Amino acid sequence: MLATPMKAYVYVSLKKSVLDPQGKTIHSALKKMGYRGLEEVRQGKYFELTLDGGLTRPEAEAEIGRIAREVLTNPVIEEFRFSLEE
Amino acid sequence: MKFGVIIFPGSNCDHDAYWTIQHVARQPVTFLWHESHDLENCDAIIVPGGFAYGDYLRTGAIAKFSPVMDSVRKFAAGGGLVLGICNGFQILCESGLLPGALMRNVGLKYVCKPVYVRVENANTPFTSTCREGEVLTIPIGHMEGNYFCDEATLAELRRDQRIVFRYATPDGDITPAANPNGSLDNIAGICSPGRNVLGMMPHPERSSEPELGCTEGFKIFESLVGAMAEK
Repeated sequence: MLATPMKAYVYVSLKKSVLDPQGKTIHSALKKMGYRGLEEVRQGKYFELTLDGGLTRPEAEAEIGRIAREVLTNPVIEEFRFSLEE
Repeated sequence: MKFGVIIFPGSNCDHDAYWTIQHVARQPVTFLWHESHDLENCDAIIVPGGFAYGDYLRTGAIAKFSPVMDSVRKFAAGGGLVLGICNGFQILCESGLLPGALMRNVGLKYVCKPVYVRVENANTPFTSTCREGEVLTIPIGHMEGNYFCDEATLAELRRDQRIVFRYATPDGDITPAANPNGSLDNIAGICSPGRNVLGMMPHPERSSEPELGCTEGFKIFESLVGAMAEK
């Protein structure tokens, strides 16, 4: 039986220890525009990966983890998290 | 004794580097295509500036998986001379041949202008014709030149004198104002532990002839030719 096709949502962001000048600029612009309640803005990247249904959920988790770690992020400056949905 | 200049889709300083080697340094040089593993017995490899693979994903992120970079990794591991300029520096960092990463400039702008860099280590195959502390005028042109690495890596780079160039004032002072992109410790160029791989953001190939207004970048090529002759 084939597994249900899944979608992976991968979020890549700069590590907390790394300065994010774009996030800072957005934050100060938002403050100037009068938006309230903001402590910090961090900018990141977002990827949607549609799977072809050939992998089981554990296999897909392992594969997406590998893709995120080995290609989508630079471990020197970035970290990631992802979710898998059916 | 032969130079190889790699061409990726999106390289745009490949011909400048080729020209400098052929017409200024007067050395044999060939282009190397990114899809080939064959380094054609070159003795030094230039990873040129530009926008390899359109800088998609991150600068250098796709280029590092190209067949030619496999060969460059092996070549470098055997002590081969590799010079990465601008996008080439970014590719060498992504490929793991040099530590750290080059991030978006702190000012968020593309910066294109001549800068002053101080030679921190004249004892490398790329800087042997320079004096330590000498200030060179070499242009930069980049959006992602903001060098970053963790503290342990920075300590190691300092301890092993692997920081080769730092952004400076014309008098050679290292100041925040002289730093065009927010680079950690004003770093403009670093080398590998074996000193045979150098990555630098400034463009020596754009400052190697009087017609270009500056010839100080040629010292990098001159040094390299000397190092190749010794090998």
